[in-house]
Amino acid sequence: MKKIIIVLVLAFPLAMHAIDQGFYISFATRILIYAMAAASLNLVLGYGGMVSFGHAAFFGAGAYIVGILAAEGVTSLWIAWPAAIVAAGLAALVIGAISLRTRGVYFIMITLAFAQMMYYVFVSLKAYGGDDGLSLPSRSTGLGVSLANDFAWYYLVLVLLMIILYLLHRLLRSRFGRVIEAIRENETRATAVGYPVYRYKLLCFVISGAIAGLAGALIANQTSYVGPALLHWVQSGTLMIMVILGGVGRFWGGPVGAVVLLALEELFSGSPLLGPYSLHWQLPVGVILLAVVLFAPQGISGAFAKKPQ
Amino acid sequence: MLSLKNLSKRFGGVVAVDGVDLEVAAGEVHALIGPNGAGKTTLIGQISGSLSSDSGAISFLGVDITRAKPHDRVRAGLARSYQITSIFRRFTVLDNLALAVQARSGSSFSFWRPVAAETALFDEARALASQVGLSGRTNAVASTLAHGEQRSLEVGLALATRPKLVLLDEPMAGMGPEESNRMIGLIGRIRAQVAVLLVEHDMDAVFRLADRISVMVNGRLIATGSPEKIRMNEEVRKAYLGDELAA
Repeated sequence: MKKIIIVLVLAFPLAMHAIDQGFYISFATRILIYAMAAASLNLVLGYGGMVSFGHAAFFGAGAYIVGILAAEGVTSLWIAWPAAIVAAGLAALVIGAISLRTRGVYFIMITLAFAQMMYYVFVSLKAYGGDDGLSLPSRSTGLGVSLANDFAWYYLVLVLLMIILYLLHRLLRSRFGRVIEAIRENETRATAVGYPVYRYKLLCFVISGAIAGLAGALIANQTSYVGPALLHWVQSGTLMIMVILGGVGRFWGGPVGAVVLLALEELFSGSPLLGPYSLHWQLPVGVILLAVVLFAPQGISGAFAKKPQ
Repeated sequence: MLSLKNLSKRFGGVVAVDGVDLEVAAGEVHALIGPNGAGKTTLIGQISGSLSSDSGAISFLGVDITRAKPHDRVRAGLARSYQITSIFRRFTVLDNLALAVQARSGSSFSFWRPVAAETALFDEARALASQVGLSGRTNAVASTLAHGEQRSLEVGLALATRPKLVLLDEPMAGMGPEESNRMIGLIGRIRAQVAVLLVEHDMDAVFRLADRISVMVNGRLIATGSPEKIRMNEEVRKAYLGDELAA
């Protein structure tokens, strides 16, 4: 199973190229980027137990940093992408520092509110396109190969996703990762054995936001366009649905959810499957989401796991 | 080692804890008894820092901790258990204890090295498991333990912080006689290394374990003294013990 997936992921662009379906290379790259964003959300939501409904803020912030820098003539990825990571991390620091003083529904609402505030900031940012967003003249530069080439772009995104997933894998097994899960399990007890839980939660939130910022930098390059829709609450909801579909607090939950949701969206909206009804592609996707929540509460990756996590 | 001066706590118009003065000495088991609603759990909350105090002062090992954060109090050597069992239910017994040991030993802002490689943590966790009588259950998920075992695990979590004083809030709550006996044995063993402030309704346990007893009624301490003195105290009998002890 594992080997098949590895071969599939590595050979996918070549296969698509061979059968002259180049569009799907770009589509697969988009999935990889969303896999990274969803994995970052799963860190706070699934492992940290912090139901953030404003994750698009960090995703969008990362994208806008790349867009704004490009508009100002800075296209080097060595500058733009770290800047996106740092900016998203800082946004997460500020938003988290305030939001994490609340719990439960209040936390959900306050993260949503912050993300919507940022959405409106970018809507009214006339210098950088306002409502209309901002087109990038080209993909980022600095690697020696042109990222306009869809092959190069796919494999670069794949490598970055693998690096991020490996870092998350290490983190979740480290002392820090155990504390994060312990706080999700029982925050009162975590405090009572001596952990300053607020600091751990805030750092987890910042790490998650920073990774979402990198994913945002990639999505800006992917479409060569950034717009306020990237920060809209619907975007936060999409990431959340990916995590729920894939498996909350399951390591592969984010990536699996991104693959499944985007593939379903493509299947029902773009293909002739539903004919004239393809406008209403959300309906079958919604039914499938319902089925997963009802019958596989651990998500798709949980349903196939050998042992409960 | 622990000293409360004129400590009070109000919830709206209700005075839950009303000017309590209390001393817990090193090495003693100090029982805190009183009818339901007397304010015992509120007082434990104030001492552990999960509740703030409206007035008065708390000092621990000579340091004023009235405004200290709960986790800082734990680091200073003040651990607690809860009336309603509070453990990491989806972790194994060993992981529960290792996590508590980890809180005390070294920084947990460590992101790379797997915890599983830290044998020292798990060795100490195993030692704790055997201390609280769970050495045969280390790989069991905590939620699958029997009630009495979960209570023991919680005491283990408190001990993992290497406290100088533990606050045990009704450790025998919900236990049958056999489990209670085991818990009494456990507290009897840990008293050698740590002072205990014990809130308990089980009078048999209290009189077997306590060096001193304080009686709380309506938010006030009405008496403190040796078990004999408390047994004889008229006011205590009237307010609380009633016929239970006369029998």
